[in-house]
Amino acid sequence: MTFLNDLIEPFIRFQFMRNSLMAVVLVGTLCATIGVYVVLRRMAFIGDALAHTVLPGIVFAYFNGLSLFFGAVVAGLLTAFGIGWLSRRETLREDTAIGIMFTFMFALGILLMSTARSFRDFTHILFGNVLGVTPGDLNLIGGVAIIVLGTLILLHKEFELTSFDPTHAEVIGLRADRLRYALLILLALTVVTAIQAVGVVLTSAMLITPAATASLLTNRLPRMMLIAIGVAILAGVIGLYASYSYNVASGAAIVLACTSLFGLAWLGRTLKAWLSSRLA
Amino acid sequence: MIASANGKPRGVRLFYSRRHYAEPVAGSPALEIEHLYVNRPNQNILALEDVSVRLPVGARLALVGPNGAGKSTLLKSIAGLLPIRSGRLLIYGLPVGACHHRVAYLPQRGEIDWRFPISLRRLVMTGRYVHLGWLRRPSAEDWQIVDRTIARLGLSALAERQIGQLSGGQQQRALLARALAQEADLILLDEPTSAVDAETQAIISALIGELSRDGKTLVVATHNLERLESDFDNVLYLREGRQVTPPLNASSDAAWQAL
Repeated sequence: MTFLNDLIEPFIRFQFMRNSLMAVVLVGTLCATIGVYVVLRRMAFIGDALAHTVLPGIVFAYFNGLSLFFGAVVAGLLTAFGIGWLSRRETLREDTAIGIMFTFMFALGILLMSTARSFRDFTHILFGNVLGVTPGDLNLIGGVAIIVLGTLILLHKEFELTSFDPTHAEVIGLRADRLRYALLILLALTVVTAIQAVGVVLTSAMLITPAATASLLTNRLPRMMLIAIGVAILAGVIGLYASYSYNVASGAAIVLACTSLFGLAWLGRTLKAWLSSRLA
Repeated sequence: MIASANGKPRGVRLFYSRRHYAEPVAGSPALEIEHLYVNRPNQNILALEDVSVRLPVGARLALVGPNGAGKSTLLKSIAGLLPIRSGRLLIYGLPVGACHHRVAYLPQRGEIDWRFPISLRRLVMTGRYVHLGWLRRPSAEDWQIVDRTIARLGLSALAERQIGQLSGGQQQRALLARALAQEADLILLDEPTSAVDAETQAIISALIGELSRDGKTLVVATHNLERLESDFDNVLYLREGRQVTPPLNASSDAAWQAL
């Protein structure tokens, strides 16, 4: 019982720990679910790019006294549409289109930023701090989570089909490119929200690593999403706890916990393959 | 019964395409193509030139020709995957895209991501999606149709297997099961018997006959020249995107090579 008490004690004692836990659970659930599509559709680079292309939006909003979140959402959506438009009908390969948008938006952000006197306000937004999450942030993440997860559930069969067989989708009159746009928009919303709360690195990690871990453990899509959510939340809790107990950076601790879980899954899979080859 | 008398499912449904369940024009052939010209995807180069063909309901047409002759292009144009440059293409008297549920298309195996985490049974279920539309989940009847089709192709034991863990022939049969689960009237098959095992070849050959007896119309791109006369009642020979006159002894490889 003392072990359990030690485990939950920081969360009972400190409001900020409860807020961080809530943020990690929400961001983890959100990122891990859409992350499964990101991994399966080989869009990992897009997630990473989106995390950087929000910069000009944030800087623009800051200069004009607008909501930074709003600026980031607009920049994220512009990037999503830009990538989708450049790579439509395979005129350009998607990763090339992403490379172009990524560098363009980031450079634009830096250019705008260089006209300001201080860089400090922006670094907080780009690198985030999960321990500094406010109740307002939590409401925002919760709202976005409802929109994104709701859409993924309602359009599950369409997203699933267009992910592995866009040709059949087109034959039955389902526009695969429109669903791709929809997914890019959901991804932009997710990334922007998650960055605001937990920063760029943690967002990228939460998007890719839990989904990649789940893909080693199952070959069913809904189950893969559930496992990814479990991995993300577990890593979040382990990381927060480590950060509290050993006084290390919380975001980095969560990322490392996530990677460790991926390592365990990889090891388990390799052992299983080795055992079955020995027994066969 | 899943459908009412005119083939339209009951209940409120939001179909993927608004021009769904258009009624066929009375007395029209299953497929009518006149002077069809089609470009290669995203290029201004002709892939098909002046192709004309007319298929009555229940006919079986083989598309024959060397690689790159335009067989896949023709099938894709009928399936609505490629825009038509000029000419007429009518399916049951209606333009392409006016009746998605009536046309089933079996692509070449390479067009699908076989590593995707989905079971064979779920893959076959995607054949029912055209009847479900947005927001609707498969009903018990949809699952019955799927399971029956899977059994018909001898895949019942593999129904829960991930699609990447099937052999090439099993994958081909899974795609065929999906085309059948759609319960379409015009079935387009792109090289269903290329690079598959003998068991799959036999099953597919038998099926082509059965489907035709059920009143389905079939268009099949094939390399299997020995079976042309037994499996099909029409042959369209293509070479460099043009219709060509069949060689005298069409079923012999040598005659075809000489063309």
